[in-house]
Amino acid sequence: MAQDGAEMAAGTAEGYASHDGVEHSGFNIHPMDQFVVQPFFSDGPVGMFTVTNATVWMALAVLCTVLLLVVTTRGRNVVPTRAQSMAELSYGFVYKMVHDVTGRDGIKYFPYVMTLFMFIVMANLLALIPTSFAPTSHIAVTAVLALLVFFGVTILGFVKHGMGFLGLFWVSEAPLILRPVLALIELISYFVRPVSHSIRLAGNIMAGHAVLKVFAGFAGALGLFAFVPVLAITAIYALEVLVAFIQAYVFVMLTCVYLKDALHPSH
Amino acid sequence: MEGDIASMGQFIGAGIAGLGAGIAALGVGNVAANFLSGALRNPSAAAGQTATLFIGIAFAEALGIFSFLIALLLMFAA
Repeated sequence: MAQDGAEMAAGTAEGYASHDGVEHSGFNIHPMDQFVVQPFFSDGPVGMFTVTNATVWMALAVLCTVLLLVVTTRGRNVVPTRAQSMAELSYGFVYKMVHDVTGRDGIKYFPYVMTLFMFIVMANLLALIPTSFAPTSHIAVTAVLALLVFFGVTILGFVKHGMGFLGLFWVSEAPLILRPVLALIELISYFVRPVSHSIRLAGNIMAGHAVLKVFAGFAGALGLFAFVPVLAITAIYALEVLVAFIQAYVFVMLTCVYLKDALHPSH
Repeated sequence: MEGDIASMGQFIGAGIAGLGAGIAALGVGNVAANFLSGALRNPSAAAGQTATLFIGIAFAEALGIFSFLIALLLMFAA
């Protein structure tokens, strides 16, 4: 899956570069070049199976999560240090969300939701370091996350309720004539879930980073007036910090909503 | 200018698809505006509804992201 995405990204970048034969003045950056997956040590078709920039930045996201949640809380101080209180805040934030949305019987699935949240938020925030790589901007990465949630939730629903899980599609409050139509709509919207779930995250991160690079290109073209796009980049960067957090929050929140539908499927 | 009529159609189509992203912004603004007007009427109930606000924004935004994706597919994959 990751290799498909890598080849797609590399293919699009090359495809664009080939028909972009026009010479630009100044320094010339293409906004989509930053998403190309490149192996570090080897090239050719085997290279995509070795360490690439995507795997490195995903591994760094996991490493940062471990640093934040395991290393800083090792002291177990009653009065937390700054790092420990960050870890406790993020734990409490996700715990409260799971409890509020799915109810008390959803707490059993809190570790998975917490893992998802920490990975996505760390990957998003690390991607904001200049010249770094954004793993969550690739649909290959977010689609795996979303499909795991989709299949996990569907299997959980059938295991918990058997065929009663299909009551999710049978809107019992609606008039009897409308119910088959509504069932069809509910069924379609159920299967669109992983698509919108993954594309929302990937699209937001990719669009944000592409916008930053587009403005960086303006800065190169404007010469003396380069400070105007640089100020704009500063403002957009602040927005992107917000987006990095909100998209992780939205992804996890929707995971909780899907989980609630699986645990309580009656409409 | 160079290029053929097919790539012209492709780029025009990408531009039209990009309009959808702007229209989705209307939807997101509508959600936020209605939340704000409701929150100002009853501030004590507002804090409990921020999760619903974000879910509403996410759903409104998803369709805009879809049209952005169509634009990208037309530009780079078609």
